[in-house]
Amino acid sequence: MAKDSRLILDPLTDNNPITIQVLGICSALAITAELEASIVMSISVLFVMGVGNVVISLMRNIIPSKIRIIAQLIVVATLVIIVDLVLKAFAYELSKTLSVFVGLIITNCIIMGRFEAFALGNGPYRSFLDGIGNALGYGIILIIVGFFRELLGSGTLLGIPVLGDPIEKTGLYALGYENNGFMLLSPMALIVVGIIIWVQRTRNKALIED
Amino acid sequence: MEHVELFFKSIFIDNMVFATFLGMCSYLAVSKKVSTAVGLGAAVIFVLAITVPLNWLLDQYILQPGALSWLGAEYASYDLSFLSFIMFIATIATMVQLVEIIVEKFSPSLYNSLGIFLPLIAVNCAILGGSLFMQSREIATLGLALNYGVGSGIGWFLAILAIAAIREKIRYSNVPAPLRGLGITFIITGLMAIGFMSFGGMLTGGDDEGKTEDKSAAIERIQEDVEQQETKPESDLELAENINK
Repeated sequence: MAKDSRLILDPLTDNNPITIQVLGICSALAITAELEASIVMSISVLFVMGVGNVVISLMRNIIPSKIRIIAQLIVVATLVIIVDLVLKAFAYELSKTLSVFVGLIITNCIIMGRFEAFALGNGPYRSFLDGIGNALGYGIILIIVGFFRELLGSGTLLGIPVLGDPIEKTGLYALGYENNGFMLLSPMALIVVGIIIWVQRTRNKALIED
Repeated sequence: MEHVELFFKSIFIDNMVFATFLGMCSYLAVSKKVSTAVGLGAAVIFVLAITVPLNWLLDQYILQPGALSWLGAEYASYDLSFLSFIMFIATIATMVQLVEIIVEKFSPSLYNSLGIFLPLIAVNCAILGGSLFMQSREIATLGLALNYGVGSGIGWFLAILAIAAIREKIRYSNVPAPLRGLGITFIITGLMAIGFMSFGGMLTGGDDEGKTEDKSAAIERIQEDVEQQETKPESDLELAENINK
């Protein structure tokens, strides 16, 4: 039981897919200018990874190893199509913001990595936990980056102004605070992730690379 | 001119790595040495140059709403665009497999030096991203699609070459221990991305026509205002005369 809980807890910090394994960064950075988009992306990946890991784990004994990449891609692509259609039906504006990045969940290396490294060798229940754990680890980084970029960049969280009104100069803006529009530009996502890695490795010296 | 513009745009302004963060995973994983970075970059250019035009054909003749009309009028209302993810990824996986077989046959030394990275191109987001952007930006002709594929491949190649060269040098500098390796690479990439953003000004020259039109429209508006002001006193006089009457 303790082993099973580690499947979920390990990827959250010390074995985080983004900051330690360097996987799934492509889609992680581009959509984090707003917290809402980060959350929706995390939920989408959570769904695709949880279900995908179970499906691959159930099929692991009947997939010939030579064509396993294509088989895995087809499973992921099917799940991503479901996510894409659901988003288009219920959150059309948001699906426009995410644009091609929903499709790019297919090539998210975390998903292929977990299929290869875990689901092909383990039962459905443990694979499900592993998928959920890694997707949560991915989601945490996305939400942290999205939180800081939206807060510092436009002074809002989930679209609600929390630092006061920049035009009428209330709240923090009355003290001379200005929004840092630079945070909304794409390069800052990289620098914020760099800082997260810095903080994480300062706290856990074992992770430092030589 | 359209071709030149798209080519420069896909290399510098919409650079896969710095503008849209595509292919970051292999960009970070394979950029420790310049030699492997060059090999992977070349393979990415090649695969993008094949898959983007192929997927353009698929999109144009099978997937788009109404694309099946070449089969007959009764098929014209079909919309298969929800299948594009599967079709694109299948094309890409097949092409990568083909490239692998060809490279192994004709240049075993290159095949060995690329090793595991060749099959990994199939899950490189830059490749699928190229096809998806080709679809969402509605690139008009097969030639432009080829151009876009090659251009974004070269952009990716440049990016990985640059970061690999920097990482080879940075080994000799005194980076804070927790930031070494991955952390500093992220921050350098961020700084490079800021640099690449300045290329955004390169193509505004194309908008000159629109700007002069705007100017002439503004001049006309001012002239109209002036004319109205000139006519105003007259009307005022007329009003006064009317009142007098």
